[in-house]
Amino acid sequence: MNTTYNDKSHFYGRIWILTALLMLLSVPVAICLYYGAWPEGTAVLKGLLGVAPIFWTVAVIEVFTYGPMLGTGGSYLAFVTGNITNIKAPAALNAMENAQVKPGSEEGEVISTLAIATSSIVTTLVIAVGVLLLSALTPVLNSPTLKPAFDNILPALFGGLAVVYISKNWKLSLTPLIFMIVLFLMVPSLAGSVGVLVPVGALISLAAARIMYKKNWI
Amino acid sequence: MSFNPNSSFLFILAAVVIAFVVAQSVFFLVRAYRHGIVIGMERAQLKKTILSTAVFTIAPAISILLGILTLSKFLGIPLPWIRLSVVGAITYELPAATSTATALGLSLADTITDPKAYTAIAWVMTLGIIPGMIMIPLFLKKIQGGIMKIKNKDSKWGDLFMTSLFLGMISAFLGMVFTDVRNGLAGWIPIFVLLFSALIMGICGVLIKVCKMKWLETYALSISMILAMIFAVIITPLIG
Repeated sequence: MNTTYNDKSHFYGRIWILTALLMLLSVPVAICLYYGAWPEGTAVLKGLLGVAPIFWTVAVIEVFTYGPMLGTGGSYLAFVTGNITNIKAPAALNAMENAQVKPGSEEGEVISTLAIATSSIVTTLVIAVGVLLLSALTPVLNSPTLKPAFDNILPALFGGLAVVYISKNWKLSLTPLIFMIVLFLMVPSLAGSVGVLVPVGALISLAAARIMYKKNWI
Repeated sequence: MSFNPNSSFLFILAAVVIAFVVAQSVFFLVRAYRHGIVIGMERAQLKKTILSTAVFTIAPAISILLGILTLSKFLGIPLPWIRLSVVGAITYELPAATSTATALGLSLADTITDPKAYTAIAWVMTLGIIPGMIMIPLFLKKIQGGIMKIKNKDSKWGDLFMTSLFLGMISAFLGMVFTDVRNGLAGWIPIFVLLFSALIMGICGVLIKVCKMKWLETYALSISMILAMIFAVIITPLIG
């Protein structure tokens, strides 16, 4: 990898992400100042206690799981724009697969960054247009006819994505896939914690791959 | 000052945040495109990536809009708009709002009127998603160094390592689809949708390879996803 480009990506990426962090923190500060309404510390603490233990853990895990997948520019962008599992990671994977470039290569870095940047811009625009037209769109978005389409967006997305990866790497796929299917069949309530299970799947997949590689099965 | 969760001030705040996100995305897009040209990648390939991703993103982006709609009944539009445009995802924002509202004894069914409750929720939503933004600048370079070490030591294992990471992620989501199968036939709907999407992707693959319809590559994932969503609309009333 061209270290100059990559090093510069880290440099610019850090500036952007830290500025984004400051901006993000200044949003509640601005609201508090404008309305002269600072919340009770206990209310914030109680609210945080309900979500932070799980979401902070997920955030740490996501950094180590998605960081290598998305590349430098892609990671700095995706961790600011969010919606990584349902949009950014699939977009980057599909783009690298179509362009036949390897993640972690210089070409992979370019394609992944292009995909994540495009996806962020389009998502932001769709949401902005949607918000402007919300009163007109609400009946359509809330229509019971369309509800199954949006309820099933993840299976619809991952079905297409998975068939490409699994057909190319079926030996590598078997262990994590069987593990996850059995796990969710036995403990359906885990569906809400799928974020935590992504790295679990990654670790199982890595362990199985290592064994198969050592035994020359792959 | 009287509080309104849909005030112009909050909309202006949302517009500033959103403009920042777009600016960052454009910055990285232009940099990556230029670097792609420098290292000898074809312009057509780069443009194809942009077009294909743009088309693919539309449907999931609409589902995010649904998330804003869900939260807007309680929080107005600007705060959910900000939160779902930066870092957030509905899977975090809804529990964050619910957790704080419960702590304050509020119902999510009514529009919020107490500015203190509103700012409490804004803080919880913000503080809850910060760790990723702190950890990426601290650790990304080190993580990549580790991956490069693995690759330099044994390039075949390096490739298998990356593929295994992807497959781990895909497996978790495929497993999740099986969550409701114990609830009878209706619980199988996500599995049918998944298989249908896979089937369409397979057909696209055949058309691309056998019939040389190379242009289809750009849209294959979008087509599979949209047709599978339409399939869900058709089979849900029949089964459920």
